[in-house]
Amino acid sequence: MALTREEVRGVATLARLDLKDNETDRLTHHLNDLLAQFARLQELNTEDVPPTAHAVPVAAALREDVARPSLPREAVMANGPQVDRELGGFIVPQVIGE
Amino acid sequence: MELYTLSARELADKIQAREVSAREVTDAFLACIERVDSDVRAFVTVTAQQARAAADAVDARLAAKEEVSSLAGVPIALKDNLCTTGVETTCSSKILRGFVPPYNATVVEKLSAAGAVSLGKATMDEFAMGSSTENSGLFTTRNPWDLTKVPGGSSGGSAAAVAAGEAPFALGSDTGGSIRQPAAFCGLVGVKPTYGRVSRYGLVAFASSLDQIGPLARTVEDAALLLSVIAGHDPGDSTSVPRSVPDYRAALTGDIKGLRVGIPKEYFAEGIATDVREAVTRAISVLEGLGASVGETSLPYTEYALPAYYIVAPAEASSNLARYDGVRYGHRTRNAQGHIDLFEKTRDEGFGDEVKQRIMIGTYALSAGYYDAFYLKAQQVRTLIKQDFDRCWENFDALITPTAPSAAFGIGEKTDDPLAMKLSDICTIPANMAGIPALSQCCGFTESGLPIGVQLMGPPFSEETLLRLAHAYEQATDWHTRRPSLDKK
Amino acid sequence: MPLYETHVGMECHAELLTESKMFCGCRNEFGGEPNTRTCPVCLGLPGSLPVFNKKAIEHVVRTALALNCTISLHSVFHRKNYFYPDLPKGYQISQYGNTPIGVNGWLEIEKPDGTTKKIHITRVHLEEDTGKLIHSDGAGYSVVDYNRSSVPLMEIVTAFPPDIESAEEARLYAETLRSILIYLGVSDGKMEQGSLRAEPNPSVRPVGSDTFGTKTELKNLNSFRSVQRGIEYEAQRQIEVIESGGRVTQETRGWDDEKGISFSQRSKEVEQEYRYFPEPDLIPLEFDPEWLESLRAELPELPNAKKRRLMEQYGLPATDAAQLVLERETADYFEQAARGVKDTKAVANWMLGDLARLANASGLAIHAAPIPPAALAEMVGLIESGAMTGKIAKTVIEEMFATGKSAPQVVQEKGLTVSGADEVAGIVAKVVAANPDVVAKIKAGNDKSIGFLVGQVMKESKGRAKPDDVNRLLREEMDKL
Ligand SMILES: [Mg+2]
Ligand SMILES: [Zn+2]
Repeated sequence: MALTREEVRGVATLARLDLKDNETDRLTHHLNDLLAQFARLQELNTEDVPPTAHAVPVAAALREDVARPSLPREAVMANGPQVDRELGGFIVPQVIGE
Repeated sequence: MELYTLSARELADKIQAREVSAREVTDAFLACIERVDSDVRAFVTVTAQQARAAADAVDARLAAKEEVSSLAGVPIALKDNLCTTGVETTCSSKILRGFVPPYNATVVEKLSAAGAVSLGKATMDEFAMGSSTENSGLFTTRNPWDLTKVPGGSSGGSAAAVAAGEAPFALGSDTGGSIRQPAAFCGLVGVKPTYGRVSRYGLVAFASSLDQIGPLARTVEDAALLLSVIAGHDPGDSTSVPRSVPDYRAALTGDIKGLRVGIPKEYFAEGIATDVREAVTRAISVLEGLGASVGETSLPYTEYALPAYYIVAPAEASSNLARYDGVRYGHRTRNAQGHIDLFEKTRDEGFGDEVKQRIMIGTYALSAGYYDAFYLKAQQVRTLIKQDFDRCWENFDALITPTAPSAAFGIGEKTDDPLAMKLSDICTIPANMAGIPALSQCCGFTESGLPIGVQLMGPPFSEETLLRLAHAYEQATDWHTRRPSLDKK
Repeated sequence: MPLYETHVGMECHAELLTESKMFCGCRNEFGGEPNTRTCPVCLGLPGSLPVFNKKAIEHVVRTALALNCTISLHSVFHRKNYFYPDLPKGYQISQYGNTPIGVNGWLEIEKPDGTTKKIHITRVHLEEDTGKLIHSDGAGYSVVDYNRSSVPLMEIVTAFPPDIESAEEARLYAETLRSILIYLGVSDGKMEQGSLRAEPNPSVRPVGSDTFGTKTELKNLNSFRSVQRGIEYEAQRQIEVIESGGRVTQETRGWDDEKGISFSQRSKEVEQEYRYFPEPDLIPLEFDPEWLESLRAELPELPNAKKRRLMEQYGLPATDAAQLVLERETADYFEQAARGVKDTKAVANWMLGDLARLANASGLAIHAAPIPPAALAEMVGLIESGAMTGKIAKTVIEEMFATGKSAPQVVQEKGLTVSGADEVAGIVAKVVAANPDVVAKIKAGNDKSIGFLVGQVMKESKGRAKPDDVNRLLREEMDKL
């Protein structure tokens, strides 16, 4: 199983990475190297093996429904690369439709 | 005797005995940074002003005869993926340049409550992805033992800072060996605690199910001291374990008689450098001489840990790094046509090659049609690896292996061979996959004078056992007393 | 042209009534200045981590139980990965696959003809809401407000194949679901504020076909009426597409309520590929069966059961009972007002008639009207005892509503006491004397004309005469002639 350049481009679109041509070539090569490594996992029969998502068992943590103070808006906006202070929001290109 | 050569415990004692002021200690380390960091390049940000203010606050408390905490006035370096209020946190990535968190990581809060003085933020491989700190999006850190070598990674800045005497100890994070491998390369003690032992709140996520914060120090005692402060349950981290924290220093009894130490043969297979193999073998004899019982064992699924890791970690990373889109913080492209373009350009400009590679592989492994073959399969293999270890714990209290297949390699030596680079984590990755604690300490030097690391692994929450073994070994040897000779140049 | 049938799948989202958000302590509230209720967690700042809100989980479990679902004892949360400016982490924490909190339930709708129908529900799950885009006219850009980010959101999805076979059934389903959520106290059910959102997936196929047509998903429906209209429009549009030889495209379509049309919306993703995987920052929920049973035992009486009981216990017609149970407080109001009243049907009539009209005009719910249930009961009691006529009561209730005074008070102050028979006899004599021609007609056998005289008497008495008295006295007076 080897990935084509086009498939790699498709993955890049999903990942929102605007790859340059040489990057696509390099990544296609690299991903195929890794895929070859992964192929070894298929040797293992894992049919009845449960997956491990958390290696150390612990019970789900639940929080009481109590409201706590939020951040001051100035602190929220301080890191924004482009903000509209009048509207109090982070600027994004016009989104049409919804 | 220079202050910056003292251990953290010695510094804490002297400050509390008021033999030396916290301010003098902090100034000594800032001076050391000033002297050597242009060579070592361990720090992204040095917070001299805040450090002096914090030290002064400790001195004021001492002058007022107020009670102070265990680390009062002791300086520390923080890996730059730990969020710090008001101090830029970059993860050594261009995409986070300028990001000043409005909150502290839980461990940073704990350190501050213990009176520790942060000197600044240490470099790393970008988003902790790498084994040499060469993947930093900012600059490359050098190994204090030999400036042409890498310090290891991803916590390379933290390790280099401690080895160079720029800080008595440091915090790193370990997702696939990122504390232990640089500890080995820099001749330090590095501990990756049990998953859930230390809160991850405020640690910028790489792979959520594997990441764990831990200490890097010159002595086992300092590592134990630091671990006692940062460990513990945090209601802000759902994966942190509600379990009381022992005083890890109390475990350092020197008595390891009867402890059963296993030698898993898979970790001594080909690919391990001869000098490493010999140093580790000698360390095993030392432990045996100290009364530990030693025996061979086997972890047959070891060889599958690396490929499984390279699915699980990138998959989680691809999702964790989706938030860097140029909207709320960090880098943002200058000219975007629509929001998709904003995301694509921002991310292309902000992320380095290694990060892009991992995002790509992770995105692919999670995509429809491949999920079962990759992600699910890797999680199943994880179970097998865990079961391997569980079987070992029936007969052994700890396992001993090399930390890395070789000592520190040259800067640039492996950058063109990503697979070879990844192999340097082959001994450390299984502990992350199984969530178990592991420790690396120095067990000798190569002929050219580079440190060699030995790794101890144990069952979940067996940090005390690992520290006791390491401490006994440290007492019986003098590797930890050696220092790189940066100052002489 | 073949006959077509419509099938509708329903996806409903309800923001849960909690103090704080799903994964952080920020206040869960509607509106407010943008980005004033945010923190590292709901902004998705690097390093922040989610922690479950216990109340939100309880709300979903109670809803799932009320909707007759099986509860997944082991319930997993997932990341739904996609990029959008209102999504701060680049993924939404949601539940995917076969372990949502509730599975395989149903609710029953009642159609206008009185028949009922079970609508099967495939899943009830918990997720977090996204932020909101504010489009600023003229600025050439949008801004993001994350106040709504991480507000707990419950998703309820009907089963496939769909049980809903018309736009009306879809509306009834949404209405019934809303009333259940409100009864449980888990949602305020405000469609106009978007705290309850219904997204129907209508499809059409020729009658007799055994495969379902391509469905479209309708969004921006902010009332029950638009749910029904939207589906009616969309079904018709799909039929026209098919009839003109085209194919229905699977897509999301917005609803323009003013124009009464649906329109194609650009899809959120270039391609829908959510790369779901278990959320590593959260541990799956494990439910204790005993705890579930205690929640089940504490569930309130739900609208359908309450409606049946009101019909039986108070002898109400189905239509009245159905209206009374739409909101729990309305039904409670009724039961309080009906206490100690013989004519309970009259209580319902007054509530759904004059009181509803008055309340509606002031933008109030019936139960929030300034007439307490006991005061309404007292008013009905006055009618029952003959101390007041129904006609006068219409004036009285308006005065009660406007001033908050009791019925006896109003009657007293306005001099609306019922006229005695003597007084009425005097009026009757006057009316008979003043209308000899009408009296003649009646005497000649035209009995219908008596109504005119009754009307005259009532008018003279300003409605205070009892109809019984008037009829009897008129007969007596005419017999004298
Ligand atoms: Mg949803
Ligand atoms: Zn929040």
